[in-house]
Amino acid sequence: MAEEELLRVEGLSKTISGTSILSDVDMVVRKGDLKVLIGPSGGGKSTLLQCINLLLFPDSGRIVLDGREVTFRRKREVLAYRQQIGMIFQEFNLFDHLNALQNVSIALRKVRRMSSRQAAERAERELERVGIWEQKGLYPAELSGGQKQRLSIARALAMDPAILLLDEPTSALDPELIGEVLAVIRDLSQRGMTMLMATHQMGFARTLAQEIMFMEQGRIVEQGAPQELLSHSGAEQSRTLSFCSKINELYA
Amino acid sequence: MLESLLAVKNALPYILQGSLVTVGIVLGAMLIGLALGLPMAVGQVYGTRPIRYTAAIYVWFFRGIPVLVLFFLFYFGLFNALNLNLSAIVTAALVLGLRGVAYQSQIFRGGIEALPHGQLKAARALGMSDTRAVVSIILPQVLRTSIPGWANEYSIVLKDSAIAFVLGAPEILSRTHFVASRTYEHFALYLTAGVIYFCLTWAGVHLLHRLEKKLYIPGYSS
Repeated sequence: MAEEELLRVEGLSKTISGTSILSDVDMVVRKGDLKVLIGPSGGGKSTLLQCINLLLFPDSGRIVLDGREVTFRRKREVLAYRQQIGMIFQEFNLFDHLNALQNVSIALRKVRRMSSRQAAERAERELERVGIWEQKGLYPAELSGGQKQRLSIARALAMDPAILLLDEPTSALDPELIGEVLAVIRDLSQRGMTMLMATHQMGFARTLAQEIMFMEQGRIVEQGAPQELLSHSGAEQSRTLSFCSKINELYA
Repeated sequence: MLESLLAVKNALPYILQGSLVTVGIVLGAMLIGLALGLPMAVGQVYGTRPIRYTAAIYVWFFRGIPVLVLFFLFYFGLFNALNLNLSAIVTAALVLGLRGVAYQSQIFRGGIEALPHGQLKAARALGMSDTRAVVSIILPQVLRTSIPGWANEYSIVLKDSAIAFVLGAPEILSRTHFVASRTYEHFALYLTAGVIYFCLTWAGVHLLHRLEKKLYIPGYSS
């Protein structure tokens, strides 16, 4: 697996209405990595992801993508940068007035300036890749939760992002629908897609993530390979492990 | 009874011509309201503070003053002062239109605010500018969900257009009044005018309802 660095975040801080949400976050994501962010709600996972793709502007800190420092002074640069970062939301955020195919093709047409035909062809390929080609004519309200999330993944992939950020992509799904979305993410990871994912799916993180980062109160307090953080071998139980056992108790 | 019917029959072509004037005034007013009310709604939701305040003052001005007063204010006051020589028909369309901007902006503002917030975020995440996202994602949905409110606005503007009578615009009411004051068939003639207004209201609302059905999106809650 390539070890080349793709995304570097240094000293990222964000305060929202007087409350510090992120303080001094550092991290590196290498090409092809699947990195998992875990931690309690309100710990800053979602804010971190939104700061990385500049949906929220960090108060301080640097973001370096593919060796180039991201500047967020000029609007045009921000828009171009966001195209390189795919974003998957917990609540899907699909465009309700467009069918599945149009949901994928609209950004290709309006942002990439592709012709309708080119955009539709590309959109069909992306729908096929996530297994919902047959639903291309259906509107979001006609899709199951799992299909909705797969559609939002297809929409992001169509823009050829360098990295995919996933913000708890399965948390709004019924339990029986989680598997189909995780299967798509697993498949993408195996094909070398670089991903940073906030999730509570510990089993998934344990088997597929290269690294787990545990976030709490706006800081990354622990990080390491899943085997290190989730094993009982250490003298002291890790924060990650005790958090995970709490989650597991809930599901047991 | 027979005399009344005869009076109506004789006057009908003349009054119906007035309904063309009425429809013209209403269409003009509705289009002005749409063309300016939509951007104003966007400004009220996404605009900077000065834009939001300016829009709020505008809305309150037209919301707080009776149409009749607005008619006099513009026709005898403002247009005179500006040396603008606008006809009664144009004035009526313009004043109802400017008031419509205020009311329609509130319909569209409600529509924008009712949309799930995440769609704008998703559009931004795909690299769309805010303007592009509003035009391609927000407004197509808002225009659909606003049709019932817009139909209501149409029915109000249509009936308020009768006030253009005071400016002497040759619309339905003016013409009816003119005939009635000569034939003294007040009851039959004003009833006829009422029926014409009713038919125009029904036709417009029905047309918009059909448009709403045609633009229906499966499962879309509006």
